Amino acid sequence: MGYDPNNPMEGRITDLGPRHYSEMLPPVIAANKGKWDYHEILAPGVLVHVAESGDKCFTVRVGSPRLISIEYIRELCDIADKYCKGYLRFTTRNNVEFMTDSKESCDALIADLKGRTTKFPIGGTGASITNIVHTQGWIHCHTPATDASGPVKAVMDDLFEYFGSMVLPAQVRIALACCLNMCGAVHASDIAILGIHRKPPMVDHGRITGVCEIPLAISACPLGAIKPAKAQVDGKEVKSVQVNAERCMFCGNCYTMCPAMPLADPDGDGIAILVGGKVSNSKSMPKFSKLVVPFLPNTPPRWPETVQVIRKIVEVYAKDARKYERIGEWAERIGWEKFFEKCDIPFTDKSIDDYRLAYDTWRTSTQFKFTKATAAYTSK
Amino acid sequence: MAKHATPLLDELEKGPWPSFVTDMKRQAETHPECWDILGQLELSYKDKITHWKHGGIVGVFGYGGGIVGRYSDVPKRFPGVEHFHTVRIAQPSGLYYSTKNLRGLMDLWDKYGSGMTNMHGSTGDMIFLGTRTENLEPLFWDLTHNLEQDLGGSGSNLRTPSCCLGESRCEWACYDAQDVCHHLTMHYQDEIHRPAFPYKFKFKFSACPNDCVASIARSDFALIGTWKDDIRIDQAAVKEYIAGNYPANAGAHAGRDWGKFDIKKEVLDLCPTGCMWMEGGELKIDNAECTRCMHCINVMPRALKPGKEKGATVCIGAKAPILDGAQFATMVIPFLEVSKENEYENVIDVIEQVWDWWMEVGKNRERVGETMQRVGLPTFLRVMEVEALPQHVKEPRSNPYVFWREEEVEGGWQRDVEEFRRKHNA
Ligand code: HEM
Ligand code: HEM
Ligand code: SF4
Ligand code: SF4
Ligand code: SF4
Ligand code: SF4
Repeated sequence: MGYDPNNPMEGRITDLGPRHYSEMLPPVIAANKGKWDYHEILAPGVLVHVAESGDKCFTVRVGSPRLISIEYIRELCDIADKYCKGYLRFTTRNNVEFMTDSKESCDALIADLKGRTTKFPIGGTGASITNIVHTQGWIHCHTPATDASGPVKAVMDDLFEYFGSMVLPAQVRIALACCLNMCGAVHASDIAILGIHRKPPMVDHGRITGVCEIPLAISACPLGAIKPAKAQVDGKEVKSVQVNAERCMFCGNCYTMCPAMPLADPDGDGIAILVGGKVSNSKSMPKFSKLVVPFLPNTPPRWPETVQVIRKIVEVYAKDARKYERIGEWAERIGWEKFFEKCDIPFTDKSIDDYRLAYDTWRTSTQFKFTKATAAYTSK
Repeated sequence: MAKHATPLLDELEKGPWPSFVTDMKRQAETHPECWDILGQLELSYKDKITHWKHGGIVGVFGYGGGIVGRYSDVPKRFPGVEHFHTVRIAQPSGLYYSTKNLRGLMDLWDKYGSGMTNMHGSTGDMIFLGTRTENLEPLFWDLTHNLEQDLGGSGSNLRTPSCCLGESRCEWACYDAQDVCHHLTMHYQDEIHRPAFPYKFKFKFSACPNDCVASIARSDFALIGTWKDDIRIDQAAVKEYIAGNYPANAGAHAGRDWGKFDIKKEVLDLCPTGCMWMEGGELKIDNAECTRCMHCINVMPRALKPGKEKGATVCIGAKAPILDGAQFATMVIPFLEVSKENEYENVIDVIEQVWDWWMEVGKNRERVGETMQRVGLPTFLRVMEVEALPQHVKEPRSNPYVFWREEEVEGGWQRDVEEFRRKHNA
């Protein structure tokens, strides 16, 4: 028996949930769960966990584009069958991890992976740049202001040397979201790539009454820029909305709620860069990422402007920061004015908060450093 | 043979990082609709806008979510993506797979879908990317009948919970994140599949404050492992670190010469509370002053371990910027036992306390973090029946605009101005 469209509820099974995790654990993991003693990073991308029993679990972490095919996954399965007793896992940043209980099979696995050019690059551990958590982009979403998979590929190509090495002061987490719904980790990453719009939505008066609940569109606006309005369509008066362009900051939330308010635009849309966020509690409390570059154009297929800014930030940070210092900790220690100067990023009024609790982010002190930015005020 | 020219996307086949374009082209050999994904994406690269129509409501009977509908706005040119719905598949806790299970899932998607996936969505689901409406029910049938597993969540409901790998392969796990995650996912199947909330709600479980699943930033309800007794110190191992026999931070900085390990510089001086010192060659920690940030443990994993009295801290209300700005989760319950023995009853009690209240007072499309902001933390703490503690704030308020409830004030608020006038003429 299979699905019968004439009897849709017949034989239907629901509420099964996921498969139980215990079916999925490699034997050495199942045997030592909760009894690990310590771990060590043997080489970039290669970890060993040592259990109280003395058992060892070797892990090889490889980068993946996240958007992957059945064929790619079957290839992962072939590798796992060959070296890992038929088990593998994915990480919370969409890397793939192969685990074995012996050094020999671990070495054989590494040799095999290295033999496949850089299809399965080994790395992403320790003070490295690991995979970029990212979103749907033009592959699947209707609200993006930029693509996801393309910019991620361009940035990872450029920073590839940092994936397979551990030369940074601390780990650097990069994330991308293609609009400010921020499906993922953009608001709390060391470096964040964020798709933004710069033009207010258009209103499709001819369709709005048919496709939108107008009060929902109005209440979707964080700045109250939308109000109900009458419009003329083919000589007939219809209920619609009006957008006060002066108050709109192009978030796109009204379009999320109302298909008749599209705002995507080839020239208006692009990328903002935020830096200095983190989620771990190690040393300092979790931090939000902060906007340092308000706009870079969408330049498919390789987004060179975005790639260049990110490399610059990584290189300056790598040279200047102290051991264990995350980008946000470094920027706060040296002062944001120095961050802009050292990274050679022009400061603009777009980085000054003017939303609700903005005042807390202004400098209410005489403590600041003179930089290039203050030159005009220091030359007599 | 390529169905569309993709000169822009072809550029993304270059470079060392694994290319999604190369992979998709390979898949297109058996799933020709992949050419249309590439074709439409190429068009987006040229036009610099998305070519997906707004929204799309599809699903399977009995569920209110799990599938995100999507239609191309250029279906004539790219018929293979006319319908391009994504299916969210509930993932096993910790993202471990047997190849048997993965192969079964791939065979299923081979049969009904485009052949492309996301491993994984940021919430945690395995994402099957792109199929037609008429395939949804047969796919769901095979998924449940043959593979005995289920869809994930979408919509105004409990989304798919996720966790760090926890005890399975980490010596710092303060509770079994995988087990709590699985247990609660099963316990709340109804809330996952049938939207009944004012808006979406997410659980995430990290078994220590390193928070490898970013629960404090990405979930409405974050359970973060911690301990309440003393950090365990192995003094002999401390000496090994000082002697340079064990690599600091487990070797995380091995790619660069940072000089010889200096316990003062790398641990004592970086402790946020300054509660560590060396005395007679031994490392000392004033645990009463420790905020359990994990730094010293991260740096010396062979010498330092979390305490033995373990549990978790509950933080509530993280969200992305829309509508009122991004929020991290706020610490609400400092320490909660997390025990399999009582089937996580006390975790469940806390969750339901939040839900009972939020389902009633939360406005349409208002995340719980926004509801907390609207009513204020003091009111929320009363809802949670948690006493106000200094730990609930980074600092006390500085403005004096303080609300008092009438019953807190002697004599109440009902007053007679005539009586006032008897002592104070106008
Ligand atoms: C050196 C000691 C550490 C160990 C043994 C460790 C352990 C782990 C493990 C096992 C994972 C995989 C989790 C999963 O996929 O479920 C992971 C990932 C992660 N950890 Fe840690 N962690 C350590 C330190 C930290 C610190 C200090 C931070 C933050 C400052 C952190 C943040 C993260 C993040 C964001 C991920 C996701 C990365 C990925 O999946 O590729 N971890 N960590
Ligand atoms: C309408 C088109 C949208 C699409 C195609 C989309 C797609 C996705 C996908 C695929 C995920 C990962 C899901 C998973 O792992 O199960 C996700 C997560 C997320 N979505 Fe969306 N989303 C959309 C709308 C929104 C909206 C309107 C918001 C907020 C107002 C939003 C906020 C988020 C957030 C914050 C996450 C990440 C949560 C986490 O890190 O766990 N999304 N989205
Ligand atoms: S970040 Fe925005 S555009 Fe990107 S997938 Fe999420 S909702 Fe869609
Ligand atoms: S784009 Fe955002 S700010 Fe502009 S009108 Fe729409 S909801 Fe309001
Ligand atoms: S959150 Fe803590 S317990 Fe969980 S994997 Fe990360 S370091 Fe280990
Ligand atoms: S855990 Fe953090 S606060 Fe506690 S002793 Fe170690 S470094 Fe200091």
